[in-house]
This record gives sequence, structure tokens and C-alpha cells, in this order.
Amino acid sequence: MTGEPLIIVKNLDMGYGDFVLMRDLSFTVNRGDIFIIMGASGCGKSTLLKILIGLKQPLHGEVLYGDTNFWETDPLEREQMMHRFGILYQYGALWSSMTLEENIALPLQRYTKLEEAKIKEIVSLKLSLVGLSGFEDYYPAEISGGMKKRAALARAIALDPNVLFFDEPSAGLDPISARLLDDLILELRDSLGTTIVIVTHELASIFAVGNNSVFLDVDLKTMTASGDPKRLLAESREDTVRRFLTRGEEGIGEEKR
Amino acid sequence: MGSLMTDLIRSRNKMNGKQWAPATLSFSSSPEGFNIVRLAGDWQIENRSPSVEKVEESLLVGGRTGRIVFDTSELKTWDSSLLIFLVRLRRLCSERGIDLGFEGLPQGVKRLMKLAAAVPEREGARKKQGKEALLDIIGAKTIVFWHSTVEMVDFLGEAFVAFGRLLRGRASFRRSDFVLLLHECGGQALPIVSLISVLVGLILAFVGAIQLKMFGAQIFVADVVGIGMVRIMGAIMTGIIMAGRTGAAFAAQIGTMQVNEEIDALKTLGISPMEFLVLPRMAALIVMMPLLCLYADLMGILGGLVVGMGMLDLSMTEYLNRTREAVTITYLWIGLFHSAVFGMLVAMAGCLRGMQCGRSASAVGEATTSAVVTSIVAIVVATAVITFACQVLGI
Repeated sequence: MTGEPLIIVKNLDMGYGDFVLMRDLSFTVNRGDIFIIMGASGCGKSTLLKILIGLKQPLHGEVLYGDTNFWETDPLEREQMMHRFGILYQYGALWSSMTLEENIALPLQRYTKLEEAKIKEIVSLKLSLVGLSGFEDYYPAEISGGMKKRAALARAIALDPNVLFFDEPSAGLDPISARLLDDLILELRDSLGTTIVIVTHELASIFAVGNNSVFLDVDLKTMTASGDPKRLLAESREDTVRRFLTRGEEGIGEEKR
Repeated sequence: MGSLMTDLIRSRNKMNGKQWAPATLSFSSSPEGFNIVRLAGDWQIENRSPSVEKVEESLLVGGRTGRIVFDTSELKTWDSSLLIFLVRLRRLCSERGIDLGFEGLPQGVKRLMKLAAAVPEREGARKKQGKEALLDIIGAKTIVFWHSTVEMVDFLGEAFVAFGRLLRGRASFRRSDFVLLLHECGGQALPIVSLISVLVGLILAFVGAIQLKMFGAQIFVADVVGIGMVRIMGAIMTGIIMAGRTGAAFAAQIGTMQVNEEIDALKTLGISPMEFLVLPRMAALIVMMPLLCLYADLMGILGGLVVGMGMLDLSMTEYLNRTREAVTITYLWIGLFHSAVFGMLVAMAGCLRGMQCGRSASAVGEATTSAVVTSIVAIVVATAVITFACQVLGI
């Protein structure tokens, strides 16, 4: 299932000004992976995502996409690479002054030479993929939170990206919608071969979809584990990792003993 | 004051239909040398409860350093006030190296105390407080000022580059957005611009009329109003109206987009927010402001005409002819130039503050306020500069 390395992170330090959030992160995302970035709240998961998608510069270290050094290449090329990403923001980040159709059509109008009728067709296809057929003319404010997230996913996959990034996809969703979103993520990977990177701390999602991961430890300020989350649960010796993956049950149990 | 407080507390207790027994604290020693702290009564937030200092005074100052234990046989009810007391006592005891035993406390209190101590305070988590040295404050402010200046210059540069792209026809924004913006900054502003300009015209005419009437030179009211409105007042009034109306709206729109990560979504798609959001707003205001200014000039003259006809018994032809003689085409150009500059300044201030907006609701409010303040300051400074330049150039 896993292919050649697609994203390689080497000795990455990240933080704000003098404040270092995480040190010395090194991991590899392979083509076709569903890669989970996990860790307790406030450990810098979202910041790591921002670095991977080009919104925030790392303090030190390298992010390689294939052979290209993402943060050291010239800005124009970085922008070119960013066009191949699809990003689902935590709260959707749909452009609120545009209808769903316009939201999804905008990247297509910019980066393809398709005629309007064709774009319209693609838009309704993408909307139907996320179960929102017929909602073309709605504004983001007129639909529910779960629908917004799915519409944002439709926008993220508008250009058939190589890599899809999700920032807390199941935050604020009811269990069933969250499950549907998980299924959708798996479906996208299996049918389009898209590599997917997910920031989350929802255990159910982590075990349901992830096949590779990195765990960020908020106290040690570095990563303490990486690999398949199911294997980590079975084999990891790290106390914090175990506690995280078992919803704290093992850690507290040991304390009581 | 103290009695007022107790009265209040008492009345509140009565309201709840309860009368608390006073919370008390007493001490004794056990044969094993333990210090027994006896808690009694209702330990309630609304009830006055003894402070930790009392323990300190009667036990620790006396040099009794034996283990402290509790007797709660007479304790009736308790809430957070007891917990606060215990937390402070625990801190005090650990400072002085005294053993503290919670065994005698109710089960619930023991559990909550354990919970409160379960996660120790993270090192460095607490924000640093306390007085900063004056030089530190000045230094920090200077750095902030420097950064914001750099940001502003950055923004100006980017705006001009984007404008250049627009002129070469290479900028990309949605035409429908631009049309909507034209409507927002143009047509929708007409009612308020009409009202303000007519009133300003009236005021100018009134002020002039009282003085000029003394010399029998009423007709020159037309000069005062005409030149005043066309050369400067029309532009300034529309500028200030648009700063409050449209500049603030720009800052709020872009600021909210910043909060919702919509700007991030644009950036990661490789769409420059500068071109997509700032440019159409700037272009719309630069196009609409001179038109609005022209309209304001006419409305101002209309206001002057009302005073001229109503108060000074001038005929309409007389007044309008005089106005046409007084107002030269140069004045009109100066006024329109002012308004185009103001349009650019208001749009830039609004967009700049919107783009700088933080990621919270209050940040949007601050951005809006700051946009209006920046626009008005910029308008006044620009007026001074242009007026001075005209003086030097002899226009």
C-alpha cells in the first residue's frame, strides 16, 4: 500500500520568535499514506501543519517534497507546489461571501483553462462526492457545520490534489458525521491514490484511517513515536504514547497500583 | 462598610431560605504531639470563613511543628471555600516543612484535593507579571513601532505592485466582486453624502452670510460656498464619510476573513489576498470617490442656494451665475485630486488594518476602530500636504 517517500521532514524546529514549540522532528510520509499528526492539545500539531502547507516558516530544518526543499526553494516554485495541495481547514474556511459553487469553482477558474460549463459540471461532481448535490447556490452561512466541512472538502479536492491536508477534520462533528468523513477520507485515498495528512486527536479516527503517524510530546517538546498507530498501540513502550492511545486508561491504572 | 457586607450576606442567605452556622476553627494538641485543627459550622463561600493566617498565628508562630491533622466531626457543610483554605494551608506547610495529614477530612474533600494536585503547574506556563522597568517598556514599544512601520511600508509596496499589475491588465480578481464593491462604495453612499453635503453648504452659507450682510456684499456668499465646497470641503466630507462607512467595512470584512482562516485558504491556493481582496477595494474607492466628491460639491452649492434665496433674497440665476464666475476649473481639479487621494488612503487604511487583524472577535473590533482612526489622520495629513504644495506651486 505504501509507495516511495513523498514528504520528508528532517530535524525540524518550530516555534514563535524565541519560543521553541517542538524540536528535532524527523519523519517521512510515503505516497498513498494516511499520515496522522497526533498529540495533546497545544503541542503544536496545527503549527506543524502550517509549516507543511507553506503558511509558516520553520525555525530550522528541512521539509522536502520529493527532491525539492520546500522552504529553501524560491517563492514562485513554492507557490507552484502549493497548487498541488488540497487543504481542509479546521472550520472549513469557505469564503463566506461566495456560494458553494463559486467557492469550488474559484481554484478551477484560476488554474485550469476549462470553460464555464465544464467547471460547473466538475463543481457538481465534487459536491455530489461529498454528499451535497443540489447545494450549489447556498452560502456557507446557510448550511450546517458538518455540511460546511464537507463543502470545504469538495473545494480541497477541486483540483485533484497530490496531497490532502486535514486540520482536525472531526472537530465539532457528531459521531456519525465524523464516521462518514472518515469513510470519505479512506475512499479518496483508495480511489484517487491521494496522500493524506491529518492533524487530529480523535482516537476513533486515528485507528480507523491512519496507517502512519507521528506523536508529538508536549512536555518533552519533541516527537516520541512514529509509525502505524495500531502498531504503536500494540508495541510502543513510551508511557505518554500509550496513555494517549488508550485514552489515559493505562497511565492512570499504573498510578493507582 | 463591613456591616453593610454582612447585611448583604445575611439577606442573601435569607433569600436562599438558609441560615448558615458560622464557620469556625479551633486548635488543640493530641497526646501523640499532633496539632489538631477542628473545623466546624458551614464552610460556604457566602458565609464568612476563617483565614489561613489564623492557623499560622496560633500554631506555627508558636513553634509547634508537629504534624497537622483535622477533626471535622462538627463540620456541617462545605464548598470551595474550604478547598481554598486547604490549598493555602498546604502551600504554607510545604514552605515551612510541616507534615499535613488530610485523613480526617470528608471523602469528597480528600478527592478534590488530590485532583487539584494531580497536575502540577507547568514550568513557565504562568505569564510573567510584575513591574517592568521603564526602559524595557520604551524599548518594547519602539520595537513594536518599528515592526508596524515596516509592515505598513511592506503593505504599501505590495499594494503598488498589485496596482501595477492591474494597470497592465494582469491582476486577477472576480469582476462580480468589483461591481458589487462599486455599488457599495458609490450608490449606497449617496443618501448620507447628500445629507452631510447639503448641511455643510448651509453652514458655510450661514457663517458667510452674517459677516457679508454687514457690508451689503451678500452676493459673495456664492463665492464662499462655491469655492469652499469645490476646492476642499466636498472632498474632505466625502473622505470622512467614506472612512467611517466604507473603510471600517473593509477592515471588518477582511478581518473576519482572517479570523475564519479564509485568508489562509486563499494563500494556500496561491491566490494573493492583495490582488483578490485589496486591489478591487482600492480600485472601487479610487473610481467612486471623485464621483461622490463631484456630487457632494453640487449638493453643497444647493445648500448655499437655499440660504441665498431664503435668507438673503438673492434670485436663483443671480446666485448660480455668481457661483459659475467664482468657481474655476482649477478648483474643481484640485478638489477631485484630493478626493482620489483620499479614496486611496481610506481603502489602504481599511485593508491594511483588516490584513493585520488578529484571530479573535475583539481583534476585528480593534481593526475597525484603527482603520477609521488611521484613515482620518491620513486624510488630514494629506490635506495639509496638498494644500501646502498648491501654495508653493501657486495654484
